Amino acid sequence: MCATCGCGSGSTLIGGHALQRQRKPGEPMRFRAHDAAAHPPDTSTSRLVKLEQDLLAKNNSYADANRRYLSARGIFALNLVSSPGSGKTTLLVKTIAALNGTQPLAVIEGDQQTENDAARIRAAGAPAIQINTGKGCHLDAQMVGQAMQQLSLQDDSLLLIENVGNLVCPASFDLGEAHKVVILSVTEGEDKPLKYPDMFRAAGLMLLNKCDLLPHLDFDADLAIEYARRINPRLQVIRISATSGAGMPEWLEWIKDGCRNAVAVKPEVSLG
Amino acid sequence: MHEMSLAESVLQIIEDAARKQGFNRVKTVWLEIGQLSCVEREAMRFCFDTVMKDSIADGARLEVVETPGQGRCAQCGCETQIATLYEACPQCEGYTMQVIAGDAMRVKELEVE
Repeated sequence: MCATCGCGSGSTLIGGHALQRQRKPGEPMRFRAHDAAAHPPDTSTSRLVKLEQDLLAKNNSYADANRRYLSARGIFALNLVSSPGSGKTTLLVKTIAALNGTQPLAVIEGDQQTENDAARIRAAGAPAIQINTGKGCHLDAQMVGQAMQQLSLQDDSLLLIENVGNLVCPASFDLGEAHKVVILSVTEGEDKPLKYPDMFRAAGLMLLNKCDLLPHLDFDADLAIEYARRINPRLQVIRISATSGAGMPEWLEWIKDGCRNAVAVKPEVSLG
Repeated sequence: MHEMSLAESVLQIIEDAARKQGFNRVKTVWLEIGQLSCVEREAMRFCFDTVMKDSIADGARLEVVETPGQGRCAQCGCETQIATLYEACPQCEGYTMQVIAGDAMRVKELEVE
């Protein structure tokens, strides 16, 4: 188990079923002669094997497969990431209500434990599947691929993936989404982008949430946005409040644009 | 921290290599960790030892090779060493540095028998 946050290889459940981890053949090996001068083997029976293999290669290959599947079906997928308590699930529920059946959509919910969030999404009227990562601190592309199969996604739809509430680990794991959307709430510190830069670098859009509370707080919204753009100059930002509805039209328009674009670039060929 | 999953990826890479290249024991693992990658070195050490237990790399020595971060300014093209993702360009002072190296996490090499 991880010393820092306790994450580890606990049992992962997708819609209550165990995750099927399948081994895929690795990337082609590059095998070169010893670099004995740099670090000689300590006995004559030892040898050196050059690998140069990326630790994320396997996840990335699953993510590529997910991306191909989504793009072939004109599905616009978003990976929502944030600290715990930023208001992701409330924002999702409000988003589903505001789209009000005009946009076919489905939700993949990631949490370490409980079905609570998937139940909230289903109550809001959208199909949802819960991934329980057990001890895991992030979703990976293989889990999401299996969840997508179980969800039977509609063509030309929207897929919202709510990652485990964690501003660190999900940054490294591509799920095959079109964009990561990072949610920062104004009840957090405005320097959070500087403290957790990897996530803000990986995101395409930042939703600055709970903006209805700004009059009661010392939070400097402009400064928070400036910090986020120091890390990612191209980051788009929408100030929003899931509670008051401020900023929701802009967010919904951003989603619809993405959906229209996903359909527009969908290949013509039928996949059968 | 996701070092546990990353350590599991290291073990998978080792086991795949063992099958293809026919070795039974790993004595040393050279792991490249970029200064700008999302890996905490000490957490990785801890997870490495835990994950390698009862595998062909049980007790293997972990050698971490740290590579420096390198950025290029999108505004003025200046290339420089960077230690964080939010450094200003030393030339034009804009916050427009893009990472061009030092964010990799790789199993570089193994000593096996």
